[in-house]
Amino acid sequence: MSLQDIALMAHLMRRAGFGATYQEIHENVSDGYDHTVDHLLDPNVSDGIQQDMLRRYHPDHSGGLGTAGMAFYWLHRMVQTQTPLREKVALFWHHVFATGYGKLAQGRVLMDQVEMFRQHGFGSLKTLLIELSRDPSMIIWLDNQDNHKGAINENYGRELLELFSMGVGNYSEDDIKACAQAFTGWTVSNAKYMKMRADNDSLWPYGRLNLHFEFDEDDHDGSEMTFLNETGVFNGEEVVDIICRQPATANFISRHMYNFFVADEPPVPQWPYREPRDPEAIQILSDAYFESGYNIAEMLRVMFKSEFFKSENVRSEKVKSPAELVAGVLRLTGESRKLTPKLQGDANLLGVMGQQLLNPPSVEGWHTGTEWLDTGNLVERINYAASKFADVNKPGIKEMIGRLAADAGGVATPETLVQDCLDQMGAISLSKTSMDALLNQASKTGKSEIGTDERETDEDILGELLRLVAATPDFQRC
Amino acid sequence: MVSTKSDRKLVVIQLSGGNDYMNTIVPYTNGLYYDNRKTVNIQPTEVLDIDGEYGFRSHMEPIKDLWGQGDVAIINGIGYPTPNRSHFRSMDIWHTALPDDIGNEGWLGRAIRELDPKGENVLTGVNFGRGLPRALAVRGVPVASVGNLETYGLFSDISDDSSRDLALETFAQMYGNANGGDAVMKFLGQTGMDALKGADILSTAPAKYSSTVEYAADPLSQSMRSVAQVLFADLGTRVFYTQHGSFDTHSGESATHQQLWMDVSAAIGDFTADLKEHGREDEVAILVFTEFGRRVKDNGSGTDHGSGGAAFVIGSSVEGGMYGEYPSLKEQDQLEGDLHYNNDFRTTYATLLEQWLGLEAAPIVNGHFEQFSLFKN
Repeated sequence: MSLQDIALMAHLMRRAGFGATYQEIHENVSDGYDHTVDHLLDPNVSDGIQQDMLRRYHPDHSGGLGTAGMAFYWLHRMVQTQTPLREKVALFWHHVFATGYGKLAQGRVLMDQVEMFRQHGFGSLKTLLIELSRDPSMIIWLDNQDNHKGAINENYGRELLELFSMGVGNYSEDDIKACAQAFTGWTVSNAKYMKMRADNDSLWPYGRLNLHFEFDEDDHDGSEMTFLNETGVFNGEEVVDIICRQPATANFISRHMYNFFVADEPPVPQWPYREPRDPEAIQILSDAYFESGYNIAEMLRVMFKSEFFKSENVRSEKVKSPAELVAGVLRLTGESRKLTPKLQGDANLLGVMGQQLLNPPSVEGWHTGTEWLDTGNLVERINYAASKFADVNKPGIKEMIGRLAADAGGVATPETLVQDCLDQMGAISLSKTSMDALLNQASKTGKSEIGTDERETDEDILGELLRLVAATPDFQRC
Repeated sequence: MVSTKSDRKLVVIQLSGGNDYMNTIVPYTNGLYYDNRKTVNIQPTEVLDIDGEYGFRSHMEPIKDLWGQGDVAIINGIGYPTPNRSHFRSMDIWHTALPDDIGNEGWLGRAIRELDPKGENVLTGVNFGRGLPRALAVRGVPVASVGNLETYGLFSDISDDSSRDLALETFAQMYGNANGGDAVMKFLGQTGMDALKGADILSTAPAKYSSTVEYAADPLSQSMRSVAQVLFADLGTRVFYTQHGSFDTHSGESATHQQLWMDVSAAIGDFTADLKEHGREDEVAILVFTEFGRRVKDNGSGTDHGSGGAAFVIGSSVEGGMYGEYPSLKEQDQLEGDLHYNNDFRTTYATLLEQWLGLEAAPIVNGHFEQFSLFKN
């Protein structure tokens, strides 16, 4: 098992999931890289989530679900799942199709949207966009219940083109109007009342009422239109079909995928003015898009197996989102292997770090890359990771220390000690600056007698070292 | 001493959850108030009279005292067009000063950028609480966010001082030397060092502080004590932010609302006493706001989300009095069962920005708004 194989697998598991433990990485390397990619994409693998337990302990998940409960639920899945790519892809679509609680005051319907991403997020983009257009939370979020025959509200039509499929500069204002026209009558049942309940954030007297899609044929404007140079009578489905045929759509979705899984791109509004970082990669993904009939899973398969994904140039290149950071730490510390109410504290911290799940700042979603970071939330991020890894009572940390001690077998040089810690924390690689600082620290503690009978000494030394690895700038990256 | 604009600080207290305006500034001489508020009301005997017509709710004595000194401006009927009764959305509107659009920049973050355009002081804006409120969030504007001033900083969980110093030393090596890396590494290094520097400077504040004022134990009082500590340490902080709540009193309002206003009044009373003890009272204006008021009618135990509310501007430099109009309680004047707002919240923002902080308000609050004359000359 070569070090290169291990480093590559660690990279895959960070990007296609939320990182992996030392054993998982080794097991996956034994299975082979391509096999691991295929396994991650296999829809028949069970996620192993205990839905029944979740509902038993958290009855709020049936009804009055707010931002706290939603974050708990989703973080629990990210930490527990045996199909991490499914959660990662759902998170990807949530980043792209950002929909927020603020305007809806309805958690259930947002969780339904995420479940829709799990279900359709790997299939054809066409199906996904149609499902998105029928999604009740999206309808309210972008005011499509106000999009009437004879009184068009362009909000959804515009964002579908601008943010969800093609990107600015690839269509005209008339196309936006036509697009919006095609979605007239795509609404929710009892729309006025439901909108009023949302505006009033109303629990009374019925609790949170779920929203349901309804196509109101009488309110649909079925007159002839010209959309992206095609003329005819188009309903929403036909418009989505035309959108999916556009090279601009292939490029835009490919760039989103690259930005989320491969390397940080500038914020979306700058895309029309700035070339992709790796135009060749975008071309490969766009080709996969058309060759597979708009199939997302096939694009992902091509991407994960491509040289541009495996390249050293993109390793640890991204800044972790708060969800990646927190879920990644928890998967390693093992403290949430069983469902525990303590996870709520971790879930709440996502908001503190700037990513309140299901409540993005706007329809543009979160700006990523270095935009995740400011002085306030960097302190939160570092303190979070560092204190978790220094807690030698957590099961995952206990196991790490046990293995570190066994490997050291009595004596360890600072070099091997630091290297072993990096391996145990998911085969992390460090910049030279960070490595030097850690070696300095490791030699300062003076003790390199690890793995003798004195468990407490091992814990002291290794706990501090794990803390500092988690505090490196490198650990903030993905 | 009259403060110059460069000395002036703005302290913002956000009442989260939607404060019940009618039970804060009580129209106790108006029969319609008791008709609508059959159970959730403040009795005339409890009210602290303001002007023979309105009064503060009970347990607001410290604010009543400040009112007596002419230091409290009550902004009545404050709000924005087309009220939204969702907590998140409404708070967002207050934070971004954009009622009709979803905005990305906080109004105070913009103000901080104007106060310190080059971002030279990482402490120009300081938030007390975890997580940055959107009001303070603007890309590239450093704002410190302090959960607890006593333990603020990196590795705050390490109790042993020498271990912590060692860890911080390693941290400084890692982040201080990160400028040799790629752009992301440089950014991480800079941000990490800013955080370290901010924490270092802030951590000196409590030690320099002494006062005879004893703040209460509730979180707001403790935050206000931290505000005082940082303010007296003269670290160049101009905007302070904190919040208290939850004011979302759908049920059991009478007890909860009373406790909340005891907390808020005591915290403000103690803080202003502290300012006076240190001769700094002329430098500070306090803005107290909430995302919306509550319904005119009670629901038997509490009140549901409404619109139109009150804000307060408090300080020795403030020209105390009633501003705006108290909205009519008559049914025909209501807006879907709520009080009708009569002055835009950006009027108050613009007033504070221009008359207090000496900034051009229009680009910060997204437009030109009439201003109050809120300050003594």
